[in-house]
Amino acid sequence: MSETLVSAPAGRRRERFLLLPPSLVELTLVRFREFWREPEAVFWVFIFPILLAAGLGIAFESRPAERLRIAASDVALAQRLAIEPSLTVEVMTPAAAEQALRRGRILLYASRDAAGALRLRYDENVAEARAARLLAERAAERAAGARELVPVAEDVVREPGSRYIDFLIPGLLGLNLMGSGMWGIGFAIVDARRKKLLKRLLASPMSRTEYLLSFLLSRLALLLVEVFALLGFGVWIFGVPVRGALWELLAICVLASLTFTSLGLLIASRARTIEAASGLMNFVMLPMWVFSGVFFSSERFPDAMQPFIRLLPLTAVNEALRRNMLEGAPLVSLGPQAAVIASWLVISFITALRLFRWR
Amino acid sequence: MSLRPAKIRALAAPLGPPTLLVRALRKAYRDVVAVDGIDLEVWPGECFGLLGPNGAGKTTTIEICEGLLEPDGGTVELLGLTWAGHAAELRQRLGVQLQDTQLSEKLTVEETVRLFRSFYRRGPSVEEVIRMVQLEEKRKARVGALSGGQKQRLAMACALVGDPDLLFLDEPTTGLDPQARLQLWELISRLKCEGRTVILTTHYMEEAERLCDRVGIIDRGRIIALGTPAELVGRLGAGHVVEFAVDGAQPALAPAELERIEGVVAARRVDSSYQLRVGELHRTVPALLEELRRRGLAVTELRTHSASLADVFVALTGRHLRDE
Repeated sequence: MSETLVSAPAGRRRERFLLLPPSLVELTLVRFREFWREPEAVFWVFIFPILLAAGLGIAFESRPAERLRIAASDVALAQRLAIEPSLTVEVMTPAAAEQALRRGRILLYASRDAAGALRLRYDENVAEARAARLLAERAAERAAGARELVPVAEDVVREPGSRYIDFLIPGLLGLNLMGSGMWGIGFAIVDARRKKLLKRLLASPMSRTEYLLSFLLSRLALLLVEVFALLGFGVWIFGVPVRGALWELLAICVLASLTFTSLGLLIASRARTIEAASGLMNFVMLPMWVFSGVFFSSERFPDAMQPFIRLLPLTAVNEALRRNMLEGAPLVSLGPQAAVIASWLVISFITALRLFRWR
Repeated sequence: MSLRPAKIRALAAPLGPPTLLVRALRKAYRDVVAVDGIDLEVWPGECFGLLGPNGAGKTTTIEICEGLLEPDGGTVELLGLTWAGHAAELRQRLGVQLQDTQLSEKLTVEETVRLFRSFYRRGPSVEEVIRMVQLEEKRKARVGALSGGQKQRLAMACALVGDPDLLFLDEPTTGLDPQARLQLWELISRLKCEGRTVILTTHYMEEAERLCDRVGIIDRGRIIALGTPAELVGRLGAGHVVEFAVDGAQPALAPAELERIEGVVAARRVDSSYQLRVGELHRTVPALLEELRRRGLAVTELRTHSASLADVFVALTGRHLRDE
């Protein structure tokens, strides 16, 4: 009963995996198990981005150009404007038109003033209303006998790469890399510290480097699944282009993931409660949700803010992903973005190791 | 199921170097002195208990020994090695169970043991360790689904995976129900029989009496008594304890007066009752009752028990050692 008592190290039976030390393999397996056995985490990492892409993709799908709805003060004017095929014109009293304008039912109201001049009422902040104004003007000129000076041939662009979904998928990919990278390590470490599991591990001969390494290894493995799930969905359902080299795209994802994992480690380096860590996470992530060009271009913010916005890691990641996927830009041309991402990686990793508390 | 041949313990003058040697240990947290000059030796094959109330400095002492805390002063030597010089070697040779560690709830028993096993160069197989702590039936169960006693036995398994030369157990049975406590005591007794050196902390006198070869009673960061449980109880000079209380409205009795009663070795007031250490119950109890009757005092409580470590603590500190 007691011959087999002192047996060979556990690694001999499990055969060395990729020549990694058995303890590192076990630690990494633990990361996977803890992840897969947490259904909420699986949802947020894999399912949520796809649902979000599907929802936004459908809402902003490119449709054939719609006719613009406007109104006129009398039947004669309405008939004149209606010679423009892109306009749908109805007749309204000024009071009714005022209400319809406010509610967005019509984009523009055409009437005549006492001198018989054409009067157009519209909201100049609305792009479609400005378009309606140009069309109404042109229709009025044509009706008044003005000749078309230049014949125009139409060349409508509806090519993959310039639609909203094409803009969105790289942004969501970046967002997902940030979320899963930061939460993945941050939550697990703070939870282990809170439960005094970190301290218990410290009392064993576990290598601290291997412990931190296990997070990176599991992150990289999950990253592949995560990237291909979202990317595959975008390409398959919406025909989103991937014009750059796939391995270069993956390289960007790996670098981004390492950076966000380091940021997560930094946030988790001292926090003792999940609440404290969540607060810090949101404090760091929220500005990037807004400024880093996930759902709309970051160029919409004032020029004064641009230098700051460009220094955010997610801005650089999104920019690099979009340049690769939509423009087919080679990795070598993405130097500035790579520099921003790598700087964040180095600074946050070194700071995290300095600050990290095992207890 | 012995892991190593039982060693013959030298009861008198032990030979060879001690397994644990602590000298003039000090540790303060801000203005609170947690450990105030502790000296200890623990010998190979011995089960040593640090006994004291909560906040006495037990955990701080044991965590310094485990290399988890830096002392402010003093030295610690384990197996002839120091933390400064041989941390990696010591980690391999020590088994540690900390107070209230929560192991990952999503892992199974087997996965948890396998993880800890992977850190050690040598030791029993995963299956073996699970058998030692009697969790075979729970091998595939998630840690989150285990009872308190099972979780504690799993923690013991994690401490045993490296076949340790020295085992630290910090309050191994705190918060467990009586049956689970009994099971754990059996497990620790078996480990003792295998000749392992065990150092445990507890605030349960019964636990120390039952498991420990030698006990150090610790209070306010100092060791106030050291010896085998029998020696410590013997030092009371009386085999029994009589506790009684009288009607609260009565004027207090002076301990000196009580000590004049036949057979009373020592008397003291503890909280609202009186405690007498006596040699022979059959002589003292009638004499005591007679004395109280003579004074016209109404007895509201009267208890007697054989002297135990709990009485040693009361005798030394004037305070009860209570479970909090």
